[in-house]
Amino acid sequence: MEYVIRAEKLSKTFGDFRAVDEISFQVSKGEIFGFLGANGAGKTTAMRMLCGLSIPSSGKATVAGFDVYKQTELIKKNIGYMSQKFSLYEDLTVKENMQFYGGIYGKSNQFIKEKTAAIIEQLSLQNEAGKLVGSLPLGWKQKLAFSVAIFHEPAIVFLDEPTGGVDPVTRREFWSMIYQAADSGITVFVTTHYMDEAEYCNRVSIMVDGKIEALDTPHGLKKTFGADSMDSVFLKLARGAARSAD
Amino acid sequence: MEQQKRYSFLKRSSSLFAFIRKEFYHIFRDRRTMFILLGMPIVEIIIFGFALTNEVKNSKIAVFDQSADQASVAITQELNASRYFDVVKDIHSYSDIDAAFRKGTMKLAVVFPKNFNEDLLHLNKAQVQLIADASDPNVATTLTNYATAIILDYQDRITQGRQIPYMIKTEQRMLYNPQLKGAYSFVPGVMAMVLMLICTMMTAVTIVKEKETGTMEIMLVSPLQPFKIIVAKAVPYLLLSLINIASILLLSTFVLGVPIQGNLLLLIGEGVLFIITCLTLGLLISTSTDSQQTAMFISLTGMFLPTVMLSGFMFPVENMPRFLQIISNIVPARWFYSIVKDVMIKGLGFTAVWKETLILVGMTLALLALSIKKFKIRLA
Repeated sequence: MEYVIRAEKLSKTFGDFRAVDEISFQVSKGEIFGFLGANGAGKTTAMRMLCGLSIPSSGKATVAGFDVYKQTELIKKNIGYMSQKFSLYEDLTVKENMQFYGGIYGKSNQFIKEKTAAIIEQLSLQNEAGKLVGSLPLGWKQKLAFSVAIFHEPAIVFLDEPTGGVDPVTRREFWSMIYQAADSGITVFVTTHYMDEAEYCNRVSIMVDGKIEALDTPHGLKKTFGADSMDSVFLKLARGAARSAD
Repeated sequence: MEQQKRYSFLKRSSSLFAFIRKEFYHIFRDRRTMFILLGMPIVEIIIFGFALTNEVKNSKIAVFDQSADQASVAITQELNASRYFDVVKDIHSYSDIDAAFRKGTMKLAVVFPKNFNEDLLHLNKAQVQLIADASDPNVATTLTNYATAIILDYQDRITQGRQIPYMIKTEQRMLYNPQLKGAYSFVPGVMAMVLMLICTMMTAVTIVKEKETGTMEIMLVSPLQPFKIIVAKAVPYLLLSLINIASILLLSTFVLGVPIQGNLLLLIGEGVLFIITCLTLGLLISTSTDSQQTAMFISLTGMFLPTVMLSGFMFPVENMPRFLQIISNIVPARWFYSIVKDVMIKGLGFTAVWKETLILVGMTLALLALSIKKFKIRLA
């Protein structure tokens, strides 16, 4: 099995506070890995370490084969990232946004041109390509933001609550894009608050108080905890949490 | 498609270039802000040059001539001939002066006593009375100064070639600004003001905007080095500011008649230095705040007001209370204002301004080190 993310006893402490407490897990290539946890459980800190934004306090981890201590620049080249803010420039056109993101990843003009055309075709945005992103509906912006996050064809894409504030229909369409990306070999690392979305993941980890308390397929988790939905699995685990809120 | 053609000159591949191009899109798309940024120096120069001038031009003055002799007539003619004054002669008593002041038609009266010429020639002591309407003290002071200068000038001329031991010779020379033009002091001031406003505020605001919209996060996750983010943010405003320097210098030379006495390259070089100081200030502000409003507020109250008040442009630093003088030392605009005055107006070279230049360089390096440190802490 080829692992794209490996974490072994990865920890981050701020003073006396163990934000992330010895988490260990592996994510394989092309997997959709759900990263769940209540607010303040340490998800964001863990994700920042994996993205090369924050140096761990102890433990080991590699992302796309690169070390999170010493090779953060190489990690950054090989990952994509999208947050619930969608992070597109509203005063730039659809095309210009793609040019910009392609540009900061150092892609050639040729690559940017072909990829832009492919995405516009895929999202049927032919009529909107020259329009400012600010004029597009929310759902389109979200899909576009995802396309931009994987524009440079990264090994892994980190999605931080990517479906916040989007209607159920659009969320569904969005997940079909995630599946397409995973089929093409991109590993998807996603955090979410929607338990129905957790069901879409191949495997799900649930963090409580800085530790990973459970990690399995949604089906396996439900069986272990004797629950009929991910919602109740999550509640059972999160109820024991000492920390709450950010 | 059309947009892309228009900006195609900006096309080239490189992460820094892609970033700078994006910054230009932001500026070009926000037309209103762009016009304000480019129009501001022009408007300010025009306002300061024409509306807020403390110069005197064709001001009406009354002459109450009680002796009407050779000297008094000559001085009256001199006053009238100068472009500062227009003499109105139908004044025959002090009460006429009072009436004219009340009507507001004139603000200065020159009174010659009886036997003016005789006193001047034989007693070496003649008096002229200048009565000014001091309800506006600035105007009154300026008017009396101008009139005094003209009278002394006349006195100088008639005493030439004679040896009169007790004649007190008053010499008045207005160095560098012989016509006492207000423009000489405000052109450097406007320059400091505009650069401070554009570079500091705009840099702070655009960086904070990226934080607000979440795009900064994306950039930090990308392989783009932080210094490229900083450079890309700075370059467009550097260029914009150079355009502003050019328009200020052109306006001051051709419209206000304030020529550049010193070395143009030195002046521009010092301008670039000050721009960089302001950009790093903006950068520092952006690392300390997360909202555009706060960034704008800090830039305006913390940077812009001290620039106007403490740089010496509005109020001379020497006349300030001691503690304000000390504070003014940390205002970068104070040093820039002094440099521009020396180079542009006095025509001095680098040897005269190296100290101020060094202070600005030191400030810039300190600010840059501080903001890079803060920028990095945020990343950890």
